[in-house]
Amino acid sequence: MNRDVVILRVVSKFLIPVIMLFALYVQFHGELGPGGAFQAGVIMASAFILHMLVFGLETTRRVVSVTWLRACAAAGALLYGGVGLAGLLLGGNYLEYNVLASDPVAGQHVGIILIELGVGLTVASTMVLLIFTFADRAPR
Amino acid sequence: MITALYVALSHDLLAVIMVFSANSLLAAGMFTVMDAVDVGFTEAAVGAGVSTILMLLALRCCARHERTGPRQWLPLVVVVVTGATLVYGTMDLPPIGEPGNPVHLHVAPRYLEDSGREIGIPNVVTSVLASYRGFDTLGEVLVVFTAGLGVWLLIGARRRDDEP
Repeated sequence: MNRDVVILRVVSKFLIPVIMLFALYVQFHGELGPGGAFQAGVIMASAFILHMLVFGLETTRRVVSVTWLRACAAAGALLYGGVGLAGLLLGGNYLEYNVLASDPVAGQHVGIILIELGVGLTVASTMVLLIFTFADRAPR
Repeated sequence: MITALYVALSHDLLAVIMVFSANSLLAAGMFTVMDAVDVGFTEAAVGAGVSTILMLLALRCCARHERTGPRQWLPLVVVVVTGATLVYGTMDLPPIGEPGNPVHLHVAPRYLEDSGREIGIPNVVTSVLASYRGFDTLGEVLVVFTAGLGVWLLIGARRRDDEP
């Protein structure tokens, strides 16, 4: 797309790592501050979308391929469901985290971190997948 | 309000999308002022960011200007009646911030008092979303996943057959 616009390229090269870092902060700091996996997923996706807008679809598809995105979206949803099933196998109810560790509070922590990871993974990769699909479809 | 009127009246779809994005940004600021920083975050990232780009990309597939037909009055009547009903409904709502409101008396006190001991996480929003309402959140994730899958199957996967 805009291969000639130097300002956009330089500024976005500087911004994309910061956006990604902020997404990780929101993801893993969600239990203390505002935010959570949904927000983190969208912010992470927006980093890739900015990359796509500035450097073009083909370049970004070399960074993350559609196959990977589909796998990540499914893996996130499966991780969430799998945590629920793990609780079931360990003798609790579906999505009961208390049984995941010896201590109920520690179990809650493990469960919440895992499902937040699943949510973030699914949201981020689905958003990028949506944008990729539309960008691919649009006439160039 | 002004942005909504512009969206309804303008026929230039590109301008409509940009105004819509500005509307989302204003809404995000409003949520932040009302102490709902989580919602403000989401509105800024999804409403002003991702969905604007999605609509711009969708616009590239079709024409920029809306085709104008004869003006239809029935939709306006439906919207005005629905809006008036909703505004009438808000008159019965208790005032915002009153401690005796039903919303503060149902499950909220239990979450606020016990979640620190049961979950051990300072942010009550996270413990409600991820633990007490785990099923809801699982459903939301599956909705997002299914939506992405649907879009990909409808317009992404067909691409392969078009090309030899």
